[in-house]
Amino acid sequence: MADHRALYEKVILDHNRSPRNFGKMEHPDLQAEGFNALCGDQFTVYLRMEGDRIKEIKFEGAGCAISKSSASVMTAELTGKTRAEAEAVFAKFKAMITSEPGSPLDEKALGKLAIFGGVREFPVRAKCATLAWHTALSALHGAPDAVSTE
Amino acid sequence: MQPTSTELRFDVEKVRADFPILGLRPHGKPLVYLDNAASAQKPRAVIEALRRFYESENANVHRGVHYLSQLASERYEAAREKLRRLLNARDAREIVFTSGATDAINLVATSFGQVFLKPGDEVLLTQMEHHSNIVPWQMLRDRAGIVLRVVPVTDAGELDLATFDQLLTERTKLVAMVHVSNTLGTVNPVKQIIAKSHARGAAVLLDCAQAAPHLRIDVQDLGCDFAAIAGHKMFGPTGVGVLYGRAEWLDRMPPHRGGGNMIKSVTFEKTTYADAPARFEAGTPPIAGAIGLGEAADYLMNLDFAAATSHEAELLAYATEQVRTVPGLRIIGTAADKVPVLSFTMDAAHPHDIGQVLDGYGVAIRAGHHCTQPLHQRFGLASTARASFAFYNKREEVDALVSALHHVNEVFV
Repeated sequence: MADHRALYEKVILDHNRSPRNFGKMEHPDLQAEGFNALCGDQFTVYLRMEGDRIKEIKFEGAGCAISKSSASVMTAELTGKTRAEAEAVFAKFKAMITSEPGSPLDEKALGKLAIFGGVREFPVRAKCATLAWHTALSALHGAPDAVSTE
Repeated sequence: MQPTSTELRFDVEKVRADFPILGLRPHGKPLVYLDNAASAQKPRAVIEALRRFYESENANVHRGVHYLSQLASERYEAAREKLRRLLNARDAREIVFTSGATDAINLVATSFGQVFLKPGDEVLLTQMEHHSNIVPWQMLRDRAGIVLRVVPVTDAGELDLATFDQLLTERTKLVAMVHVSNTLGTVNPVKQIIAKSHARGAAVLLDCAQAAPHLRIDVQDLGCDFAAIAGHKMFGPTGVGVLYGRAEWLDRMPPHRGGGNMIKSVTFEKTTYADAPARFEAGTPPIAGAIGLGEAADYLMNLDFAAATSHEAELLAYATEQVRTVPGLRIIGTAADKVPVLSFTMDAAHPHDIGQVLDGYGVAIRAGHHCTQPLHQRFGLASTARASFAFYNKREEVDALVSALHHVNEVFV
């Protein structure tokens, strides 16, 4: 049964209440804006780079508990990663979000990302969970246009 | 709970029995369907009409000499007559079947726009329009050089009528506006606006998509030039709607789409078009949908509408009072004249999360911008949660909503 308790893990609610690395970054090296056209959610992701490596990452904007907490967890996960490493983390996260509900999670490989396992029961929320990630990846690739999850 | 006086007059349980889907139990909880502004549920009579059509009446219309084609044509035209009666149009010719309200508005923008709107002419919209009554006019603006003006909305969610008076000038050729706001629930003073517009020489198109399920729309009394109706929002099937257009206009408007059924004769040199409404019904129309919509019109005409309206007013008053007990909840749209549509935000939770938690309790509401992004921007919001009621909703469902909203606070605060 699609019980919301499966979705709103304690850690998710905590990140929603007090998101990490939340706010504007002055003079970022890279930035991108992401929209969810369906619900009007919008995030801006800022990156400070050191060569190919993410030195610092921040985000601001408005979104639901899933999109906001996912953005918050993402900033922690991606700090210190190279572009290729960041892509690999996102690929792993996306594969988990879109996997069969109830299938076993590789919690060791996923680490903190495993808290979003409940999203699999609510396919409509997958877009919320990946919005900030798409936006960050687009910033890393220097895409000038806003990202839309539609 | 003791039934109230209105509920004694309006037997809500009897009405609910007409809507089979209301017996569902999503997630093991009784369905509390409060997403009526997005799409209303269907009475058994409509569902039966669809089944009957496909089982024993199906054929294409207006073409065949055989039994079934004649029967289908009769049923289709009888449905047109039912919609004429519901809207009190003078003539069934003024009822054009479309694929929905969006299609009806696009028809007017394309066809009326082609003949009656010149570069520099102004079309007056309002800030509370649904995207379906904004985008077609922007497309026409880009094509034909018309100018769009927008009547602002007050903090309470009412039209700023003083500004409307200023924006309505001899340059205004059309006022295209929503009768009832799908987000705010506001019932606009359309009769007064139509009179003023006509005095200035402007025609009026009403988007009645949200009005039809709640109000009696008498197009002759209102005096509107056009009215757009969405079938599925007035308890009919999806994929069908109506454009009411005064014959004086329809007879002078060119077809917006070409195809079968909309012609008198075709040669490769010259084609002459059929009269309205066939001129605007190119291709095979949504026959079953139109017949189902006719059944929905009958249902509404047979309903004790005065009792249903006061039941709805009571639901709105009760829901407004009850949701205000939820800490951190703010209602968006507090107009004096409203239908039972309740949009709100909560300090603790994003609308999507509100909707998600409510779903776990069997309570269906909508979260998002409800296709009114400019209106949300005016209130400084990206999205709202919206509970929208129909006459088949009851007080206990308000209680279920409010109890679930309290639970939202428990989850997120």
